[in-house]
Amino acid sequence: MNSSLIMLEISVIGLGLVLMLADLFVPAERRRFIGYAAIAALGVLLVTSLSGNGSCGQFGTAFGGMFVNDALSLFFKQLFIVAAILVLFMAAEFSDKLAEGSVAEYYSLIVFALAGMLFAASSNDFTMLFVSIELITITFYVLVSFQRSKLQSLEAGVKYLILGALSSSFMVFGIALIWGTTGELNFTKLAAVAPQFADSRIFLLGVLLVLVGLGFKIAAFPFQIWAPDVYQGAPTPTTAFLAIGSKAAGFVLLLRVLFTAVPSVTAHWANLLIVISGITILYGNLCAIPQRNLKRLLGYSSIAHAGYLLLGVAALSASGQSALLYYLGGYVFTVMAAFFVITLVMRQLATEDISGLAGLNQRSPLLAATLTIAMVSLAGIPPLAGFFGKFVLLKAVIETAQTTGNHGYYCLAFTALAGVIISLYYYFGVIRAIYWSKNPADLSPIELSSPAKLSIWACLAGIFWLGLFPNTVLNMTNLAAAALGK
Amino acid sequence: MSILTYIAGWPLLAALALIVVPRNCRVIIRAVAVLATLISAVLAIKMFCGYNCATPDADGYRFVQQIPWVESLGISYHVGVDGLNVGLILMGAIVAFAAALCSWEIQTREKEFYILLLVMTGGILSAFASLDLFFFYFLHELALVPTFIMIGVWGRGEKKNYATFQITLYLSIGALIALIGLIALYLQSGANTFDIPKIIEHAKTNPLAVNAQNFIFPLLLFGFGILVSLWPFHSWAPLGYGVAPSPTAMLHAGVLKKFGLYGLIRIALPLLPQAAQSWAHVIAWLCVGNILYVGWVAMRQKDLNLLIGNSSVAHMGFIFLGIASLNLIGVTGAVLIMVAHGFLAALTFALSGYIYKQTGTLEISALGGLCRKLPFIGTALLMAAMAGCGLPGFANFVGEATVFFGAWKMFPAVTVIALWGALVIGGIYMTRTIRNVLHGPLPEKWNSLSDASNAWRKLPYALLLASLLVFGFVPKLLTEKINPDAQKIVAMATSLGSTAAPAVVVSAPLTTSVLTDVASAKAPEAGALPETVSIGNRQLAIENK
Repeated sequence: MNSSLIMLEISVIGLGLVLMLADLFVPAERRRFIGYAAIAALGVLLVTSLSGNGSCGQFGTAFGGMFVNDALSLFFKQLFIVAAILVLFMAAEFSDKLAEGSVAEYYSLIVFALAGMLFAASSNDFTMLFVSIELITITFYVLVSFQRSKLQSLEAGVKYLILGALSSSFMVFGIALIWGTTGELNFTKLAAVAPQFADSRIFLLGVLLVLVGLGFKIAAFPFQIWAPDVYQGAPTPTTAFLAIGSKAAGFVLLLRVLFTAVPSVTAHWANLLIVISGITILYGNLCAIPQRNLKRLLGYSSIAHAGYLLLGVAALSASGQSALLYYLGGYVFTVMAAFFVITLVMRQLATEDISGLAGLNQRSPLLAATLTIAMVSLAGIPPLAGFFGKFVLLKAVIETAQTTGNHGYYCLAFTALAGVIISLYYYFGVIRAIYWSKNPADLSPIELSSPAKLSIWACLAGIFWLGLFPNTVLNMTNLAAAALGK
Repeated sequence: MSILTYIAGWPLLAALALIVVPRNCRVIIRAVAVLATLISAVLAIKMFCGYNCATPDADGYRFVQQIPWVESLGISYHVGVDGLNVGLILMGAIVAFAAALCSWEIQTREKEFYILLLVMTGGILSAFASLDLFFFYFLHELALVPTFIMIGVWGRGEKKNYATFQITLYLSIGALIALIGLIALYLQSGANTFDIPKIIEHAKTNPLAVNAQNFIFPLLLFGFGILVSLWPFHSWAPLGYGVAPSPTAMLHAGVLKKFGLYGLIRIALPLLPQAAQSWAHVIAWLCVGNILYVGWVAMRQKDLNLLIGNSSVAHMGFIFLGIASLNLIGVTGAVLIMVAHGFLAALTFALSGYIYKQTGTLEISALGGLCRKLPFIGTALLMAAMAGCGLPGFANFVGEATVFFGAWKMFPAVTVIALWGALVIGGIYMTRTIRNVLHGPLPEKWNSLSDASNAWRKLPYALLLASLLVFGFVPKLLTEKINPDAQKIVAMATSLGSTAAPAVVVSAPLTTSVLTDVASAKAPEAGALPETVSIGNRQLAIENK
């Protein structure tokens, strides 16, 4: 056993425990600042992982092949840490909306969820998959209903709990069926025996049920029903972490299951993936059109983006997987920027209606520009991250269409385009609310703390960097996708 | 660094610089924008004049610069000019300078307006210079998005929101369809690079499969066609230009819209020859829609801007006709009109913008006798209208006449209709407009109008008119540059499957000469020279009559 491989995960869990303990010793009014200590600690872990000295940079397997460190897990771990750092910044700004003194607990839950995501990135076994997913989901039950005094937050928590439990039970059932038919839980070993069970309906049903559970995590059609309500009701930093962390964790597991564990089955399911991806894109975009609540709108938009990300899965090729990873990278910064602005603007307001953005360009030009850039990037317009991400995804889909001759892929590409065009309407609706609202009610300037400014500039830098200089990250995602095919 | 990088780089750099300039320094903001576009216009003129002296690289492009950008996908920043885009870049830079000068009419949020104008300018100039498929598209999108914002924020009239919505939707759809086509082309070419010269080189030995061509060509044709307002996808254009602030309309109608046509000539014709041949008839008949139908619509307009917008859509028909003719004369003519129409569209929208600023209306029935109060603007409008209906002496005439010569062999019926549309319909609505706007009794309320007073105000109009006249009298400046490269394009577009399409059989004399050129591996310039002379002679002959 090679336990040095999981030093990163151990440090993160240790950090979560320390944060919980700090709650006991730090007076309530200063607990907000604990978050900055957590950010600093995660920053150190990120820097070590980027410099290649961290445990996640050491490739290999541990715990009898249950835990794997490769280029794919490295990419996702860095992505999760970046997301968690930004969410912690957001949580520090959000702390006055939480119950007094409870913010340290909130920080530690975020860090525990991060630990779950890190484990998910390295899962190479159905047991590990289930444990990491449960670690993420159970933490999120608490995070979603954290504003205990707010009815909406509680409602969202209950919805997430019921639907989450349902999907977990599907997944466990699926895992049981797979284990019952094949006798294997390890992805690598399963891949060797899976072709023998290609005709076994029970085995296929098992795989399908696992996909149902993962589909719930990424909010793909037809398991998307929880997303808008939960996004709307949850505290904004939780929503942001759900939109990024939970979704990305779902995708890394989906990639591992589909392309490491059962590639022989996946190859026959191209049409299923095409249909799910296409419907998810259309459903998310069409339902987002009438929304007036900003967080709910982003909830539907995140469903649509799950659909775009599924393009990379449906392409069934290394370039598709690499494109998916690239898109996720851009999505982190874009969505974080959007939720950051929502946190800062909406904290003084009772409503989260789009009309609350009126006059934002006079109240804070930086926030107005940030939200505009985030919306433009989500819509996929150059020179921002969203454009290059969609470009590589589309390229991968058309490539597969040409190599396999499956016309469904062309239909999928056009569906994605239709989705992009529909989405222009509501993304530009947000921009319009910022700049062209008549008679804004409130024109008082919004004060920004320097950590908030720092993280906003970081998000903007990320959006432009991934849009203008894709080379570095693209090389990383190519390596990560190559690791998957081994 | 290539001069092309500077031409497009100065406006983009100025846009970045303007971000930090405080918004109440209006004079500085304006000066920066005008200066940046002036520099790029001067550089473009220098580039145009030095074109013949510059040594072409192996693929025939001059002023080339290449920087790798994404190695794993084969994307690089690659710029260069040949005869097809040298005129377009010159035209774009001059129009951008004129548009910056005309922007004095913008009074609100000037800082944002100038930033967007400069981004648009830099984007489109570099898109025309780009020899990389990815950047070609990317930079066009970069230029396109500011258009929507400018129309939405600074647009005029009650239909502003509707028009913004419509133009955003239409052009995004067009751009995305073209994107699918370009990606499919990249993958299908098998060259594994986005570099246009390399893809073309690769396609010479490994032509694309015909069924792939037949799939990709319509994507490019209709994707680019929507961007260029090909009938029946043109309805965004008149309304969009009607509400757009005039600098935006100048840049979009003049420069940005030529991108789709340029894309068809640069990419679709040489790489998808068989498909181009089988679609040529469709294009030819669609452009009848542009010329005749939109011409009729223009006749019925009561608003000056809508009339100009419709006439600009009608002019696109001639360019499509030139492209559809798939021969040297037609393609040369298409490029000529692209340049000429750029100047003309910019000029007319600038003039209508001036009139709107003075009178607050563009309702033709409310205007009249304006020539008395606005002698300079009135004269310029008269000249622009004459150029618009194809009067010899203006660059438009040269291009249109050349297109008709080229198209006659291929599509006699279409050419007759197009001629009729150009000369009769165009003549009717242009002269009628002149009569109703400039002549007749002057309504009393317009007594207080003032003409363009100082040299700065007159400069943009004078500059655009002068460009129209220069290229009208000395078309050789352009044709001698266009010809060798149009020859290459036509050789690729017709040489491969000449048995397949009946269209090509009609133009046999030209095609065979090209074919022998290719077969005997002679330099294509050799075949092109007599053609140039004959074009010049024919124009002269008609001008003399």
